[in-house]
Amino acid sequence: MARDNAFCRSSFKVTLAVFLTLPALAAGCSREKPADEVAQTPGKPTVTPMAGRSNGGAIAAAEAEDGQWTRPAKNYASTRFSGLNQITADNVRNLRLAWTFETGILRGQEAAPLVVNNTMYVVTPFPNYLYALDLTKPGAPMKWVYKPGPIAAAQGVACCDVVNRGASYADGKIVYNTLDNHTVAVDAASGQEVWKTKVGEINLGESLTMAPLIVKNKVIIGNSGGEFGIRGWVTALDLGSGKILWRAYHTGPDSAVRIGPRFKPFYAEDRRPDLGVKTWPGETWKIGGAGAWGWISYDPQLNLIYYGSANPGPWNPDQRPGDNKWSATIFARDPDNGDAVWAYQMSPHDLHDYDGVNENILLDIPINGQTRKVLIHPDRNGYLYTIDRTNGEVLSADPYGYVNTSTGVDLKTGRIKYADEKYPKMGEVVRNSCPAAPGAKDWQPSAFSPMTGLIYIPHQNLCMDVESVEANYIAGTPFVGMNVKMFPGPGGNRGQFDAWDPVAHKLVWSVKENFPVWSGALATAGNVAFYGTMEGWFKAVDAGTGQELWKFKTGSGIIGQPVTYRGPDGKQYVAVMSGVGGWSGAIVAGGIDPRDSSAALGFVATMTDLPAATNKGGTLYVFSLP
Amino acid sequence: MSSRCPELTRRIAIVALLAGGSATIATACGPARAAPTTRELRVCSDPNNLPFSNERREGFENKIAELVARDLNARLSYVWWAQRRGFVRNTLNQNQCDLLIGVPSSFERTRTTVPYYRSTYVFVTRRDRHLKIASFDDPQLRRLRIGVQLIGDDATNTPPAHALSKRNIISNVRGYSVYGDYRQPNPPARLIDAVARGDIDVGVAWGPLAGYFAQREPVRLDITRVSPQIDVPFLPFVFDISMGVRRGNDSLRDELNAVISRRRSEIDRILSDYGVPRLDIGRAGPTT
Repeated sequence: MARDNAFCRSSFKVTLAVFLTLPALAAGCSREKPADEVAQTPGKPTVTPMAGRSNGGAIAAAEAEDGQWTRPAKNYASTRFSGLNQITADNVRNLRLAWTFETGILRGQEAAPLVVNNTMYVVTPFPNYLYALDLTKPGAPMKWVYKPGPIAAAQGVACCDVVNRGASYADGKIVYNTLDNHTVAVDAASGQEVWKTKVGEINLGESLTMAPLIVKNKVIIGNSGGEFGIRGWVTALDLGSGKILWRAYHTGPDSAVRIGPRFKPFYAEDRRPDLGVKTWPGETWKIGGAGAWGWISYDPQLNLIYYGSANPGPWNPDQRPGDNKWSATIFARDPDNGDAVWAYQMSPHDLHDYDGVNENILLDIPINGQTRKVLIHPDRNGYLYTIDRTNGEVLSADPYGYVNTSTGVDLKTGRIKYADEKYPKMGEVVRNSCPAAPGAKDWQPSAFSPMTGLIYIPHQNLCMDVESVEANYIAGTPFVGMNVKMFPGPGGNRGQFDAWDPVAHKLVWSVKENFPVWSGALATAGNVAFYGTMEGWFKAVDAGTGQELWKFKTGSGIIGQPVTYRGPDGKQYVAVMSGVGGWSGAIVAGGIDPRDSSAALGFVATMTDLPAATNKGGTLYVFSLP
Repeated sequence: MSSRCPELTRRIAIVALLAGGSATIATACGPARAAPTTRELRVCSDPNNLPFSNERREGFENKIAELVARDLNARLSYVWWAQRRGFVRNTLNQNQCDLLIGVPSSFERTRTTVPYYRSTYVFVTRRDRHLKIASFDDPQLRRLRIGVQLIGDDATNTPPAHALSKRNIISNVRGYSVYGDYRQPNPPARLIDAVARGDIDVGVAWGPLAGYFAQREPVRLDITRVSPQIDVPFLPFVFDISMGVRRGNDSLRDELNAVISRRRSEIDRILSDYGVPRLDIGRAGPTT
């Protein structure tokens, strides 16, 4: 690891993951930091936890706080925690609007703004503009806009609205994906395109919506499009040139999945050869779905990336008997060559559209007196998994929402125990399956605070009825579609914002929301957690108690990822995109007829009141203290 | 011309590019040929899906659209959009057009006219194989290589895919994505090509697709309607097809019903020209 003085400035070398477990470096940096910044010292919270609570001891592999936001999840451990502490639980009530920026694109705004070198970068949904805003000037005027010009037909093949989940920064470049399967690198200073690489084929149903992660000068990306019979993969591109370095598929023979001598999954059944072929009938693995449209985490010490694959296709499980490896699976891979080191499948032979793409938060937590390197993964299937990230052993799998499609996870075998009565059958009505197809939580990423030891989980509380009644029509081919209708789960609230203690395996507090909480979470050293609601409220809550401390009503529903940064004036700012859409908000962003209850795969049925609560939008809101 | 022309032209250009780029680009823009008072009939259509439609207007839905426009004394214009999930949402319901020529009669996302044809899923085999398969319960289906189309959307699939998996006929079934590779002409037709080439022994396809392409393969193909027509508990293989308009646009729907009634023999002739297998032929009125 290069010990470079440049790191101590708010430098460009953010790809150097520097762990504060290296004391010399931490000390060297600290003298240049503003006094209000809190280093994330492992095991030694610098702010006293709330009275009556104690930090359970979970820590994240921390990186030095530079006041910026250069990666989708802030850091490689994917904590979405900022060490900035000017805005605190005591003063957040004074937070006020500092400035706004209108993107002009009125579709679901899921991306996290990046802040690098006193410039903010905002990626829009299709047509995937990249705006650069100058934070050194009043009102943050636009420096430039980059327009990649994706082909319009991409909208026709993109599943679930035309969202984009954001960009990554490294080595002077902003790197992100366009809906029509291009990864682009744009010069962060000038807005000039550095390279643009076609990585997939829209005419085969592929699209790109995820935010890349940059690891050791490699841009790691994955594809979307499981609903259209794609074959899922992750790919690494060279940061300097855009050249494709490796690709690893999620179905097919071991060679294509990059399973070789280093592959040592924890569970014996996963060690047999070519499971990506043998757990599928015939050649259905070739159109088996299992993209990778979610999040990637990285552990620099183990040199492993972690991410989950999506659900298998076709959705109807009867047509793909078998486990359908490696769909709905978490992979640990070597970023240098893509080789798989371990894999664990959360939902073998997925029955309910439970993608495995949700975030993996890398923590070190005490378990039975020992500190274990784990990843925490709140899956769509309703379980919050704690997995040893060195070897793929499932240490615990706790339901964090209401689950009746399964009865638990067998920790001896790692297998989920499906409930027979919720098995979808053609021509039969299966009622009250929970969680519904979007899962107990979808893409919206959680945050972790090393100060409270809590994970902040934005998620939904939905169940569904599945029946086959409605005629449908694709490419001149008529068929009777499954009529999926979603409705609120127990309690009647469709969403909630929860604090979860990963050491004690328990819910600490929960804020109920009327609509699904489809925004990301943000946690800060000021002991504040932030999230947004689909009505458009941007909320700050006490990170220890969940008590609402402040809220602001933005112009549209919030499904974006809040971030925080230190401005050139030394003040801490909080930013979030407002603009409803995505799967849950398609009824507004897509202008869907509320009478069409099975639209958006049945999500519309439970969102018919959303159009009365919000309108389309595409505005960035930035807040600070007076 | 209307202000949506630049947008329309852009879409058409893109679709033409997708479809191979060499096609003549049909555009509703440009100098108006008719008097400004002429009514415009705006149809949304897939630019690359024969026998239904393509951007060269060679499909039977293109011919029927021309017939309807002529009857209504309207000028026909197209918005081209791949007929996939989101098709209705992005076209008809965005007011890009007023009419879809073919939708199932019970399609809830549009207001539908009276049906103008009823077709069925069919077995497609090479004549030189003498397989004579007419039922999903034919024991031959347990050993033959069977091709079906997969939708992979809306938690469901084509009826033959379900009928076979329900009978535990799985490992010898090959799925062909109904979306296919959109760079190629008429992607769903790959299923019929596979039968002709001998990649599979039996294809199970929607009648109009099979009827049209079976006549164009280099070897003789047999098409036989499937039975049962409705599998238990409720899996229909027979569908009535109507025209679709926006919900609430009852006046256009009523006009179209009248056109279908007036032009029934001409519509029948077009469908016959394209080899559409019919279950309603010879009936005097709507078959619902």
